[in-house]
Amino acid sequence: MSLATRDDAGRTSVTSPPRRPTTGASAARKRRRSRGLTLWLPLALFLLFTLVPMYWMVLFAFRPAGSTSLVPWPITLEHFRTVWEGSGFGIYFRNSIAVAVASLVVSTVIGLLGGYALARLRFRGKNAFMIIMLCTQFVPGAMMLIPLFQVFNTLHLTNSLWSLVIADTVFHLPLSLVLMAGFIRNVPVQLEEAAQADGCGRIRAFCAVVLPLLKPGIVAVGSFAFISAWNNFLFAIMFMSSQDKFTVPVGLSYLLGDFGTDFGALAAGGLIAVVPVIVLFAYVQRFLIQGLSAGAIKG
Amino acid sequence: MSATTAEPIRRRGFPLPRRLRSRAAHPYLLIAPAVVLVVVFLLYPVLSVFWESLRHHNLTRPLDDGFAGLDNYRKMLSDGLFWRSLRFTGQWVVVEVGLQFVLGLALALVLNRTFVGRGMARALAFSPWAVSGILTTTIWILLYNPTAGIGHYLASVGVGEYGTSLLSDPGTTFWAVILAELWKGIPFFAILILADLQSVPTELYEAANVDGAGALRKFSAVTWPHIRRAVIVATLLRAVWEFNNVDLLYTMTAGGPADSTTTLPLYVARTAIHDQNFGYGSALTVAAFVVLTFASLVYLRISSMSFEEDK
Repeated sequence: MSLATRDDAGRTSVTSPPRRPTTGASAARKRRRSRGLTLWLPLALFLLFTLVPMYWMVLFAFRPAGSTSLVPWPITLEHFRTVWEGSGFGIYFRNSIAVAVASLVVSTVIGLLGGYALARLRFRGKNAFMIIMLCTQFVPGAMMLIPLFQVFNTLHLTNSLWSLVIADTVFHLPLSLVLMAGFIRNVPVQLEEAAQADGCGRIRAFCAVVLPLLKPGIVAVGSFAFISAWNNFLFAIMFMSSQDKFTVPVGLSYLLGDFGTDFGALAAGGLIAVVPVIVLFAYVQRFLIQGLSAGAIKG
Repeated sequence: MSATTAEPIRRRGFPLPRRLRSRAAHPYLLIAPAVVLVVVFLLYPVLSVFWESLRHHNLTRPLDDGFAGLDNYRKMLSDGLFWRSLRFTGQWVVVEVGLQFVLGLALALVLNRTFVGRGMARALAFSPWAVSGILTTTIWILLYNPTAGIGHYLASVGVGEYGTSLLSDPGTTFWAVILAELWKGIPFFAILILADLQSVPTELYEAANVDGAGALRKFSAVTWPHIRRAVIVATLLRAVWEFNNVDLLYTMTAGGPADSTTTLPLYVARTAIHDQNFGYGSALTVAAFVVLTFASLVYLRISSMSFEEDK
């Protein structure tokens, strides 16, 4: 926990404080030293804390079994072959992709429809709708295991990937709606009005004028839906009973189940699970800040 | 905004009441898919838990199924693990959210400054946010394992002892899981707070500079009042989330050793997935709902009160 105290020092100086006008070089040196202490040091510690664990996984995944070297050299792909073929990660990967892509599509379409209503239209019950959506954020996934299992059982959807698509979409829906509504609000109403004045219907005006400008928003909302579906573990382990329906997180949990045996395989499985998410996240993280920032200004 | 809907029509001179009426239905058509999904797959299941908690329903013992009255609740009140899990849940949430908040705020303040490579630093520092609970477990199991984990290397340079197994000693397990969850949770706070920091008007800092305010004073007089609302929302959301966080503990310790890291939702998940005792699991679910709702209301009440006092 030594991190805490050091970073506290970092947080106290948001911008460098005004200095009394001292002369030239010594002031500059002083400023540089304070910047090192309040900016670079905490930043380095945070990045170390974030990246060392990730590096550890990469190391184990590419290092031959039995090696204790701290660099993954010579590189081996044997662990990937083990999990992809031996442990069935090839199948799990396909299942995960199918579920995540389907959730992405459904979330984006429903988010666009509902987000437009929230951003542009006034209607009775809008507040109630928003409150209910917010309340769903308080409903824990673990609490839904039993009742959702029974609903899907009634619909004959247990051990079907559709149950995961539906459950993931429903849980992600409020965030999709709120984010999408924010993005739509950022498109000037006047553009739409102009198109409508030119004789476009509301739908055509939306498709021709708003949709192209919404591209970043759609990418962001879709990516978040993808990530949350890709990462879901509890629903998958509860609803899927046969191995050919497992997703990557379930596969990982089975590898973890017999840990102590093959850390290389575990790391390779983890790397397979993390790559799609990290790639998407690198692209969308700036939209996350932007979207929240826009919301903060209004709220 | 309703002006937008009506104007083009009026301009063209067709104020047809029927058309307007059908337009009035548009918003409801647009939100209908969301409403249907939420009602069928969220509201109905939530309500059905209450009924289920009054029944004996165990998939492994189908012959015993039937109406139970308050049996499940009676069993819960005398269940030692229920009370212990409740206490651990509180501990887990308070420690985890407190540390995440302090460190997340620090990270946000650092990343809000201007420096070379800031975009890259942000992307790297935030990346654990997107990583799933089970992947966090995977990563930290690799780090913690006694034979080839980081402890082994630290021991070889003289820090700690060889073969320390952090996850099987009740004394260290708590901090081991706390640290792993911090790794994933700090970025969440940092993202939310950073988003809010960016909306602080720079004129305020300039004014503070003119007045000769130091860094601490600027934080307490300008930054903090501005981000406080976001902080209250973020801590509440995060507390709810950590309360419900099952993936990490389920896969990392399975609630052990000796049930010492079993939260109430983890107990629910184990009862559902492992024991398949739906009746008792539902009663535990209802209890978790009640605790969560009550705690959230109290928290909101306290934080909004401190808010009013200021104004």
